[in-house]
Amino acid sequence: MGKIEDLKVINGEGYQLTTLDKAIGLARANSVWPLPFATSCCGIEFMATMGSAYDLSRFGMERMSFSPRQADLLIVAGTISKKLGPVLKKVYEQMSEPKWVLSVGACACSGGIFDTYSVLQGIDRIIPVDVYVPGCPPRPEQIIDGVMNIHELVKNESNRRRYSDEYKHLMNNYNIEIEDGNAE
Amino acid sequence: MEMLNNEAILNLIQEAFPNDVLFHEEPYGLLTMEVTASKGHEIIHWLKNHEQLSVNYLTNIAGIHYPEDLGREFAVVYQLHSWKNLFRLRLKCYLSKDAIQIATLVDVFDGANWMERETYDFYGIEFVGHPDLRRILNEDSMDYFPMRKEYALEDATREDKDDRYFGRNNL
Repeated sequence: MGKIEDLKVINGEGYQLTTLDKAIGLARANSVWPLPFATSCCGIEFMATMGSAYDLSRFGMERMSFSPRQADLLIVAGTISKKLGPVLKKVYEQMSEPKWVLSVGACACSGGIFDTYSVLQGIDRIIPVDVYVPGCPPRPEQIIDGVMNIHELVKNESNRRRYSDEYKHLMNNYNIEIEDGNAE
Repeated sequence: MEMLNNEAILNLIQEAFPNDVLFHEEPYGLLTMEVTASKGHEIIHWLKNHEQLSVNYLTNIAGIHYPEDLGREFAVVYQLHSWKNLFRLRLKCYLSKDAIQIATLVDVFDGANWMERETYDFYGIEFVGHPDLRRILNEDSMDYFPMRKEYALEDATREDKDDRYFGRNNL
């Protein structure tokens, strides 16, 4: 406590104390680079979300990353056919940690109305999903709500999530290799 | 140049192939013929190179499955177009499910390549002599031909949709 008092004395007004975890979480949450994997009508709604009326760039997300190497958030908006499944998984695998997945719309979440032989019945069959946005298609407000939920995760999850046993177990379930956190 | 009408076209074909036009009709004015499956290639080649008819464009190839029509369960349908004479015609070749092969048209029309792959993909019709007969739209690992009329509308044993979430069982 004495140290804080000292700081207060030294710096006066205009500073904040927090933990490093929280500060990093806040910075990450407000500078997420999304990769829009948009295949159909949900993609159009996402474009509206990006546009000036709904303006996703308010949340530090105006920079779409079309390279998975630089993206933090995979936004899957639209029907994913079984043939496209391996491509989606490859894109996810190429993203570097930490990474999150937002599944937008009924098709990405569950196959939606396409209860048929050629459509993947939900992307969570091949990659782990953090937040689901229901709707066919969801309105931009709903997509923004999903993004807000992603932000909550980014702010509050451990910065070392990728090294946790739960995370490794999850990735193992999906047969996705992750870098070994113990390797120096 | 005088316009060819359906009757004149049919007469020309029947003159050249007297035994191979098995049936003909004109639904909505479109000359439609059933021809011997083994002669399909020869007839289309002849139509394309015929000086007067000059059927130079293959609009489409499609498959049909008639599961109740024993001995001729599958049909390959060729839609042809003559740009020079402005007429269209349709040829149907019937195949038995036990001998589901027909000669490829790739040597006559290059455009037949992907159309035949698609017909193979969905119906399993084998185009003999096709340079690259693989699936084109469906995933490569698929082990059935989805457009055949031999599947239940909904498979009761599937587990990839949980019925409880869709109100489809009364548990």
